[in-house]
Amino acid sequence: MYDFEFVKPSTVADAVAALASDEAQALGGGQTLIPTLKQRLASPSKLVSLIGIAEMKGVCKNDDGSLSIGGATNHATVASEAAATYPALAALAANIGDPAVRNRGTIGGSVANNDPAACYPSAVLASGATVITNKREIAADDYFQGMFTTALEEGEIITSVRFPVPQAANYQKFEQPASRFAMVGVFVAKFADGVRVAVTGASEEGVHRWTEAEAALSANFSPDAIDGLSVSADGMINDLHGTGAYRAHLVKVMTKRAVAAC
Amino acid sequence: MTKISMTVNGKSVSGEVEGRTLLVDFLRKDLRLTGTHVGCDTSQCGACTVHVDGVAVKSCTMLAAEADGATVATIEGQAAPDGTLNTIQAAFQEHHGLQCGFCTPGMVMAAADLLKNNPKPTEAEVRHHLEGNICRCTGYHNIVKAIMAASGQDVSQLAAE
Repeated sequence: MYDFEFVKPSTVADAVAALASDEAQALGGGQTLIPTLKQRLASPSKLVSLIGIAEMKGVCKNDDGSLSIGGATNHATVASEAAATYPALAALAANIGDPAVRNRGTIGGSVANNDPAACYPSAVLASGATVITNKREIAADDYFQGMFTTALEEGEIITSVRFPVPQAANYQKFEQPASRFAMVGVFVAKFADGVRVAVTGASEEGVHRWTEAEAALSANFSPDAIDGLSVSADGMINDLHGTGAYRAHLVKVMTKRAVAAC
Repeated sequence: MTKISMTVNGKSVSGEVEGRTLLVDFLRKDLRLTGTHVGCDTSQCGACTVHVDGVAVKSCTMLAAEADGATVATIEGQAAPDGTLNTIQAAFQEHHGLQCGFCTPGMVMAAADLLKNNPKPTEAEVRHHLEGNICRCTGYHNIVKAIMAASGQDVSQLAAE
C-alpha cells in the first residue's frame, strides 16, 4: 500500500478538523479499508482513525425505547450488548465475518461504506433507523443511495446510529460459500404500524426495501403471505457466484425464513 | 515516521513506523517475533491472529500505529519462560492438532480467545469460532479435538478422522 500519515484523534471535533485536509480518509476498524489500501484501490494522504473517540463507542438504550450504537462500536460489542434489547440486530452482528474481524470492524465503517453485500445496511434500513453524523440526522430511507453510495458528504462522520426496536425481527443470510458475505440477506422488522423488509447482497442498487412484501406482511404476518409475490431478476447482481434469477429467488426464500423465525 | 510504543508479551517495546506499517510487520520485522505468520495477507486465513488489549485480531489487517499504547500478546508469550507449553499448546501436541504447523500460532491464539469467553464450548461453538482460521492440512478435526480437550472436556468420544 502507498504510505500515508496516520492520526488518531480522541474527539469528534478533532477528527472533523483532521478530515478537512485534502485526500484525508476516515478509518473505522479497517477490516474493509486496509485490504482496499493493500490493493492500491485507494490512496489517501492521511488516515484519520475514529477508534480512539470515546464518545463514539458503546451501546445504550434511550428513554423512548430505541437503541443508540456509537459509530466506532465494533461488531463483537454490538453482538453482546444489544442482545437483550434488540436480539435480531445482535445476532446479525454476531455473524459478520469471523471473530477477529468482529473485534475490529465497526458499525459506522460498515454503514459508511455501504458495501452491497454487507449485513448492517439491511438492519438500518429495515429498522427505519436514523444515521447520526457530526452535522445532522439522516433517515435510513434517505441515507442509502446505491452501491457504495450514501448521503454522507466529504469529511462527514457517522457518530452513531439510532435504531427503533421492533416488536419482532429476524435476519436471514444466505452466505456466498467462499467469502461468507451475504449472497442475499433479508432483514424483516415488524412494528406496530407495519412491517419493513430490507434486502442486501442481491441488487445492483445495493440495499433496498421490498415494498410489495412489506404490504403483504403488514396485512398478514406469516410466511404464506408472500406466496403470490415474485421478485424480478432485473437489476439483480449476476456473477459467477449466482445469476440474477437465483438471487431473486433467494430474496423470497430468505424473506419467508425470516418471517418464520420471528 | 511515527514513534509508537506498546506492551508485547509483557515487555515494553517501541519503534518508528510508517503510517502504512502493519502490526504483523512490526511484530515480525522490527521485534523479530516471527511466530506470528502471514498466510494470505488478505484477512482470510487467521495465521496472523494475535491478541490486542485482550481480544483476537488479524494483525495483517491492523496498522502498527493503531496498536500504539496497546497490550499485545503473540504466540511467543504463550509458553512459560522455561518452555513449558500452555494448556492449549500441550493439547495441540497431544491430539495431533497440526501437521505442517503454519496455521498453528493463529489457531492457538484464536482458541485462547474462545476459551477466555466460553470456557466449555460445544464442538459446534469451536468450529464456528474457527471460521476465520484456515488450515490446509488437518481437516480441522484434531484442532477442534485439541481445543475441546484444552477446555477440560472428555474428547474420547470424538472419533479421530
